[in-house]
Amino acid sequence: MTNALDLTELIKMLGKVEEIELENIDVIAGELGLILPTISAIKRESVKKAEYRDLNFEIPLANFTGEVLEVELGATKANGGTRENVIKVGGERTMPFYNFEALNPNEPVIAFDVFDTKIHLAGPVRKHFEDVLEDPAEWAKRCVDKYGADMVTIHLISTDPVIKDTSAREAAKTVENVLQAVKVPIMIGGSGNPEKDPEVLEKAAEAAAGERCVINSASMSLDYKRIAKACVDYGHVVLSWTSLDINDQKTLNKYLMDAGIKKEDMIMDPTTAALGYGLEYSFSIMERIKLAGLKGDKDLQMPIASGTTNAWGAREAWMENPEWGDREKRGPLWEAITALTLCLAGSDLFMMMNPTAMQLFRDIIKCLCGFKETESLDIKNWIGMR
Amino acid sequence: MAKKIGPLDIYNYLPKTNCGECGEKTCMAFASQLIERAVKLEDCPALKQPNFVRSYNNLKEMLAPSVKEVIVGVGDKSVKIGGEEIVFRHELTYFNKTAIALDVHDEMNDEELLARVRYVNDFCFKRIGEELTLDLVAIRSTSKDPDRFAQCVSKVLCESKKPLILCSWSPSVLEAGLKVVGHERPMIYAATKDTWEEVGRLAVKYNCPVVAFADGDMAELKSVVKALESLGIEDIVLDPGSHVEGKYLANTFGNFVASRRAAIWNKDIGYPLLGVPAIAWLSGEGAFKEAIIAAIMIDKYADLIILHTPEIWALLPVITLRQNIYTDPRKPVAVEAGLRKFGNPDENSPVLMTTNFALTYYTVASDIESAGVECYLLVIDTEGLGVEASVAGGKLDAFKANEAIKNSGIEKEVKHRKIIIPGFSSRISGDLEIQSGWVVFVGPRDSSGIKEFIEKKWVGLA
Repeated sequence: MTNALDLTELIKMLGKVEEIELENIDVIAGELGLILPTISAIKRESVKKAEYRDLNFEIPLANFTGEVLEVELGATKANGGTRENVIKVGGERTMPFYNFEALNPNEPVIAFDVFDTKIHLAGPVRKHFEDVLEDPAEWAKRCVDKYGADMVTIHLISTDPVIKDTSAREAAKTVENVLQAVKVPIMIGGSGNPEKDPEVLEKAAEAAAGERCVINSASMSLDYKRIAKACVDYGHVVLSWTSLDINDQKTLNKYLMDAGIKKEDMIMDPTTAALGYGLEYSFSIMERIKLAGLKGDKDLQMPIASGTTNAWGAREAWMENPEWGDREKRGPLWEAITALTLCLAGSDLFMMMNPTAMQLFRDIIKCLCGFKETESLDIKNWIGMR
Repeated sequence: MAKKIGPLDIYNYLPKTNCGECGEKTCMAFASQLIERAVKLEDCPALKQPNFVRSYNNLKEMLAPSVKEVIVGVGDKSVKIGGEEIVFRHELTYFNKTAIALDVHDEMNDEELLARVRYVNDFCFKRIGEELTLDLVAIRSTSKDPDRFAQCVSKVLCESKKPLILCSWSPSVLEAGLKVVGHERPMIYAATKDTWEEVGRLAVKYNCPVVAFADGDMAELKSVVKALESLGIEDIVLDPGSHVEGKYLANTFGNFVASRRAAIWNKDIGYPLLGVPAIAWLSGEGAFKEAIIAAIMIDKYADLIILHTPEIWALLPVITLRQNIYTDPRKPVAVEAGLRKFGNPDENSPVLMTTNFALTYYTVASDIESAGVECYLLVIDTEGLGVEASVAGGKLDAFKANEAIKNSGIEKEVKHRKIIIPGFSSRISGDLEIQSGWVVFVGPRDSSGIKEFIEKKWVGLA
């Protein structure tokens, strides 16, 4: 310290600190008296009194400038289709269930999976559909009428040359049958074969013209322009599917828009990894996409879909193992927690399979939306629970 | 919003000598690593010198996490909670995983009580190279009788290998428990608007962390916290009330989010959060609901949860979710591609194939290890995608698999020309046979079937 130090300053400083160390200091004063009681008096004053005061808590609010787009699925008679209802998906103004910040307009939507041929299903799923596995129309009906699914997805997997090599024309008939069987909006999926899917989805889109289905999916690994054209020509919504990469998602969305898709005719699927098998990647990619959209990135403002059914790929979901407890409960919980976690990350549309899982998930999202009236519980009683 | 501290802010207080003694090339690099919490201040020898005391203290304060790190228990019997710095895991990483407590109460018979305590002690699941455990025992006083509580705490203390949480609304009951276990730094649950002074003084006397509770009212919660702080208490944990039903659940979720935002954005009540999914049992619902509530709380932002169910079907998804969410996103998604050996394979041993997605690889590797199969595993560079996704996305095709076979040196290791590929990549089997000249067998879709496949099929094939 090179400046001369005012003694009153020094005493003030002593009141603020518990200990001071003076280095290389010359004290220039006729007489230096530090009266200790004075210092401790200052100190005592600075210690807060133990007391309870009613304080305010300020909820910190984010200032989002963007909004997620609201996409309509299904078309009623008035709009050239035959669906009985239209489902709105997306439209968020804040992260899911941050009700203190803004109320998001639409509840998450659940679509049940239906396949066009008998496939291997995990036990806890199969038992609900055992008798309809060879009849996609009946299968779809069961999903809607008995289990209350908002939508169904008809997966045309039998078109894969290594499965049955069903023709595109025949697959389109299956789509027509499903449209007859249920009156909710539907999604149409290919087999995942990049060579054959464009043709299959084109024919399916044509057969469902005007119904505003979701066409699942356009991706970088196939001729996405054909898929995009089919969606534009026959009035459908495209599912833009990428593999856990936000930049790829942005790029594909742009390509699809360049190919003529309007931004409100698109849903994104950044890939769902199951609980225990990379769920955190999907969780963070979806959070990043949703935040980017809310912050105004126009290429990432479409609603997000999750192939939650992938949860059943986890052996902990389907495998019988006494060390893991009852599979009939564990499996549905595995699917429900996969859905719930991705819902909190920002997914809007959930492709699911198990009725118990759907029930668990739907019940909790109704609560989180904040509208479900219920009696208030005196939660302090939990300590006394016997 | 509080200003985020950058490497430059840190650098200003460092010696700026680039001496390299910390292991980093420059002081600037050390500053970046400090922010990432990859190194400690104490790694810099100069900062320990007397002339750097002030810098050291300033840095300590600057680098203190927005959510205080609180330790429950002592030594081997302890768990660290909080210490968080961000509201979204992709911004950096979450640091201390949500600790999980299982409850007991003081009117349980001895047999049941000790069985539950041992269950917590022994609970261990191995997943992808990590042991997933339960972390604490929460003792509830249902009797409201101090003596009975003290007896129960003493029984649990003898048996438990985990730290404890003492739960009662009555300060005298809590004190009875603390007399038994106070020296082991249990967590005290809970101080309220009415009991903050008595409970707070117990926390001071026994030097234990204490939970501040207010039912759904964040202003009241903050007031209780500040009252506890005024007693000189530093280790506080927040319980904004865990509602599990209807719109009250929505409110609880909002309070958890608001608390974490306040801590990180405003440096306001920056303490760990506690949730009680066990409350699902109060409304007559069971383990399903409890597990779902636990999942919400692990996703958004509980640092400690108290559970009631010991049902493994409910706990397994919950601890797996915790492992997922608390995985460090800075770690690479892919492992190195190439040929791996398991055990001491010879020229007749089986050859298997998988992708280089870390999770796929570790799952397959752990299945091979636990099956005790001696073999070669050819890891294909699929740019970090799993089998299904890489086949669909063209990252795993016959061309790529053939290249891997030719470049890996496997043809020098084995005499045979037979490879087992993942069940989900069956599509490439025909082309791969043509291109490579190897015989291709489509293996199980799930690697848990490797042992059986090798035992039943490979032996016959070879």
